[in-house]
Amino acid sequence: MRIDVNAFVGAYPYRRVPGTSPDRLIQALERTAIDEAWVSHLPSLFWRQPMEGNAWLYDTVARERRLRPVPAVHPGLAGWEATLGEAADRGAPAVRCDPPHYGLDPAGPEVRVLAVACAAAKLPLVMAVRLEDARQRHPNDGAGELPAAAVRALIRSDENVRLLITHADRGFIEEVHFGSTPQEAARIWWDISWVWGPPEDHLGTLVETLGVERFVFGTGQPLRLPENAVAKLDLLELGAERRTAIESENTRTGLLH
Amino acid sequence: MLIDVHAHFYHDRTPRADWRERNASRLSAGDKIGVTHHVASILGSYGLTSPIYFPSPRDLEYGNDALLALQRHYPERIRGYVTVNPNYTTHARAEIARCLGAGMVGIKLAASRRATDPLLDPICELARERGVPVLQHVWQHRRRDWPGQEASDGAELAALAARHPDVRFILAHIAGGGDWQHSLAALRMAPNLYVDLSGSGVDGGMLEACLESVGVERLLWGTDLTMDTGWAKLRYLTRLLAPAQLELVKWKNAARIFPRGTFPTD
Repeated sequence: MRIDVNAFVGAYPYRRVPGTSPDRLIQALERTAIDEAWVSHLPSLFWRQPMEGNAWLYDTVARERRLRPVPAVHPGLAGWEATLGEAADRGAPAVRCDPPHYGLDPAGPEVRVLAVACAAAKLPLVMAVRLEDARQRHPNDGAGELPAAAVRALIRSDENVRLLITHADRGFIEEVHFGSTPQEAARIWWDISWVWGPPEDHLGTLVETLGVERFVFGTGQPLRLPENAVAKLDLLELGAERRTAIESENTRTGLLH
Repeated sequence: MLIDVHAHFYHDRTPRADWRERNASRLSAGDKIGVTHHVASILGSYGLTSPIYFPSPRDLEYGNDALLALQRHYPERIRGYVTVNPNYTTHARAEIARCLGAGMVGIKLAASRRATDPLLDPICELARERGVPVLQHVWQHRRRDWPGQEASDGAELAALAARHPDVRFILAHIAGGGDWQHSLAALRMAPNLYVDLSGSGVDGGMLEACLESVGVERLLWGTDLTMDTGWAKLRYLTRLLAPAQLELVKWKNAARIFPRGTFPTD
C-alpha cells in the first residue's frame, strides 16, 4: 500500500505542466504503483478566494476511489469555519492552507486560529514550504516560502494540532524538529518529496536522527515526477517494515484518526 | 550501459568530514541504479582553501590528482574531467594537458569566468585539439550576478559554442535550478551543445520540453548531487522514449562526444 499525501489536480499558472487532469493523475498513480492520493485543487491556490475550488475538488474525487480530497481553507476570509466543517463532514483526511500564497502571515493570528480549529475538528493541517525551486520561479510569482519559524509557532498553538508539512528540505526539517519539544515534534509529519537521497543521503540521515515515524510518502505531482519519491525509497536500505511505515502506515496511524 | 556525465567526488582537503561516505554512497547508489561509468569532477578544495567556483591553481591540482587517483582505483567505473580556472590561462592549459595525458576525458569549467569571455577561448581551442568535451556549469537564466560565482547561462554558453563550432559543449544540470525553459530556448540553434539532465529538479514537463527543444540526440543522462532525481528522470524517460532512443540518452550520445575508447563499447 502506497499513499501519496501530496498531489494536485488542475492547471499551474506559471508554466505548462502535463498530466494535470484527474485522468492523467490516475495514470500516473498506476505508473508508479500508488494506491491512493490526497489531492488539492492547484488553480485555486492562486485565487483570491481559494475555497471556491473545493466544490470542484469534491466532485472530482467522488468519481475516483483512489483520490481523497484535501480542501483549501483561507482563515482570513468569511466562511472558513463552514469550509472546515464541510471537510470534516465529507471525510477529508486533511485540509490545507498556503499562507504565503494567500498573503497571510504564516504564523499570524488567522493561521493560528485555523490550526486550533483543525485540532478541534481532528483534522491535520497541510502546509507546503514551496511548490517550485525559488531559483526558477516565474518573475510574477512573488509568494514567499513557508518559514520554519512559522511551523514551530503553529505546532505550539494547541497541544492537539497536527501538521503535515510538504516540500521541506533537510535543513528546514531539522530546524523545526530540534527546535521543538519531543511532544511537539511528534505531531509533525514530513513528506519526502523535497528531501535529497544519495550521495548526500539526507533522507537516510533524517530517518535515523528523527525516526522513521516522522516521514510519509509524498510526491508533489504533477509539478514533480512521482518517480522521484519511489526512487528515493528504492535507494534506501530501510527494510520492509520501515519502508511500509513511510509509504502508508505513518499516514494511517498518525494522520488518519 | 549507463553513463552519468555529471558526477562529483570529494577528498580529504575539503570541508566535508564525511567525504569518504559521500564517495562510497555515490558508488553504492550507482550500483543500484545501474550506472556503469561515473564521469566526475572535483572542484578544487570545495571552499576549504579557495572558493568552490574560484578555485586556486594549487587546489585544482590537488583535486585533479585526487580524481586521477580515484580513476586509477576504479578503472572500470570512474572517468575524470579536468577542472580548471580560466583566469589562470597558462596553468589551465598546462593542467589540461597534464590530466588528459594521465587519462582524463573532458574539461570541467565551473563559474570562474563568464562563458562569453575571451579567456575561455584558449581552453576551448585545447579542447578542440584534444577532441574532448567541455562541461560548463550553468545557472539556468541568470538574471543577475550571484554571490560566489561568475555564472553563465544557456544563452552565454550558446555564444561560446558558436565561437567554437568544432568543440562539443555540455550544458550542466538543466534541472539544477533556474529557468530551464530559458536555457532550452537558447540551445535550439546550437548543434554542438548537449544538455545534461542532472540536478535536483524533477519538474513535470521538463523532460518533454528538453526533447522538444533539442531532440533526443543531444540529451545526456546525469545526476550531480542527487542521484535519486537522476533515477526518477531515467524511469520517466522509459515511458517517453522508444528503447533505441533511451539507449541514446543512457550512453550512446555520451559515447559519441567523449574521445574514442573512453567507454568499453565504443
